[in-house]
Amino acid sequence: MADPTMAEPKTADPKPKVAFYWCASCGGCEEAVVDLAEGILDVVGAVDIAFWPVALDFKRHDVEALDDRALLASFINGAIRTTEQEEMAHLLRRKSQLLIAFGACAHLGGIPGLANLYDRESILRQVYLDSPSTDNAEQTLPQVEFREDGRPLTLPGFAETVRALDQVVEVDYYLPGCPPTPKIIAGAVQALLAGQAPPRGAVLAPDTALCDECPRKDSKPERLAVGEFKRPHQVLVDEGTCLLAQGLLCLGPATRAGCGALCIGGNMPCTGCFGPTSRVRDYGGKALSAVASIVASNDRAEVERILAQIPDAVGTFYRYSLPSSLLRRRAARAA
Amino acid sequence: MPEATHTPEVGARAAPGSGEPRIVAFFCNWCTYIAADLAGTSRLKYPPNVRVIRTMCSGRVDPQFVLEAFARGADGVLIGGCHPGDCHYQEGNYKTLRRYMLLRRVLGAMGIEPERFRLEWISASEADRLKGVIGEMVEQVRALGPLRIGMAAEAPAEPAREEVAA
Repeated sequence: MADPTMAEPKTADPKPKVAFYWCASCGGCEEAVVDLAEGILDVVGAVDIAFWPVALDFKRHDVEALDDRALLASFINGAIRTTEQEEMAHLLRRKSQLLIAFGACAHLGGIPGLANLYDRESILRQVYLDSPSTDNAEQTLPQVEFREDGRPLTLPGFAETVRALDQVVEVDYYLPGCPPTPKIIAGAVQALLAGQAPPRGAVLAPDTALCDECPRKDSKPERLAVGEFKRPHQVLVDEGTCLLAQGLLCLGPATRAGCGALCIGGNMPCTGCFGPTSRVRDYGGKALSAVASIVASNDRAEVERILAQIPDAVGTFYRYSLPSSLLRRRAARAA
Repeated sequence: MPEATHTPEVGARAAPGSGEPRIVAFFCNWCTYIAADLAGTSRLKYPPNVRVIRTMCSGRVDPQFVLEAFARGADGVLIGGCHPGDCHYQEGNYKTLRRYMLLRRVLGAMGIEPERFRLEWISASEADRLKGVIGEMVEQVRALGPLRIGMAAEAPAEPAREEVAA
């Protein structure tokens, strides 16, 4: 960054430097940056991208060579699973004034976080030994170090538990979503560049429930009561009516707004990728509470029958947030 | 979301590793809590492993309360409410029932045995029943052993603290 005491920086690049990095993620968040379309030209015009492995040929040593806090902001997407991801998170934290958790995986743990239903050993065994398509006669498992003709080869270590970014380093802001939408990315970048950032620790999206901005809000009955949960492929969905009122499991009541109800616009129920509002600690707990409350029966057996129509309770209610939930991962077996 | 590291773990008296199960009980103000009161005035004995938290209604028990109790070191969670039809607020206990049914599925998938999470209807006069439920649950949870999940599983257990308030 330019020294503020210098009236006119002579040779120093006045544009703030930013970095993008990915950890345990699918690449959709990188895609989301490109989805800014022509808006990306404004971003590129306003900042100097110092590190973006998916698009530009910078290496880790380029980041290491920067002064501490030389980057205005680093945008990190993906959850943290390996030792390499953890090291990069610490490195970028040190080099950045602002660290931004970009997307549901960095924000809450995301879909890779569902691996917290299993332990490290069973994951490695399934992937490298037991899966029907695996051909591994020598039963080789990944090693952090291996010697080939005396030369050491290394791989990052694989942790027992998937973590959200703020469980590893301090995070200044969160951009929610799977992936964050171009609108909220652009809004966040503009606010940061204009120096109009909200208080640290904020999620850069409205602090209201999705129902609040849902175009079908007016068709939501005063008192929702669901006697039958249906899945989108089982019904012809009415395009104008509240999805919960049609028996589709929409998590809008428990999910933060800001996405513009894109999925609902596509006739698909909300799956909760924006996470909770600021008043909720555990997204899944709150979401299941909201859903259970509208089950239209007081009879134990009937309630059980209706709730059984919801497949995979953890995968439904903690689809994006298991690592940041109160329980974080499956219980360890009794010692 | 920084962790609330300043809050003490559940159960200052029964230290982790002491082998004594720690059970958090949410009792409604109108039925089960009165039953617990009655058990006391009737000099009924039951195991001291339960930490009772009074809520106005069992329907006030947000699933997050249960999750937080487990995450902070509870080995079991018991919710006590009025019998169906008896809720002071008409239908709070029915909501509790529905949330309980869905939450227990989540807890099961998270590796928490069903005996560790229990919902019981106990009216104001059923002190005997309260005693029976607590005694049974403590024995079942003791047989399962300590639960290792959440913060309690990841951070090394802190030494037992002295209770500050008398």
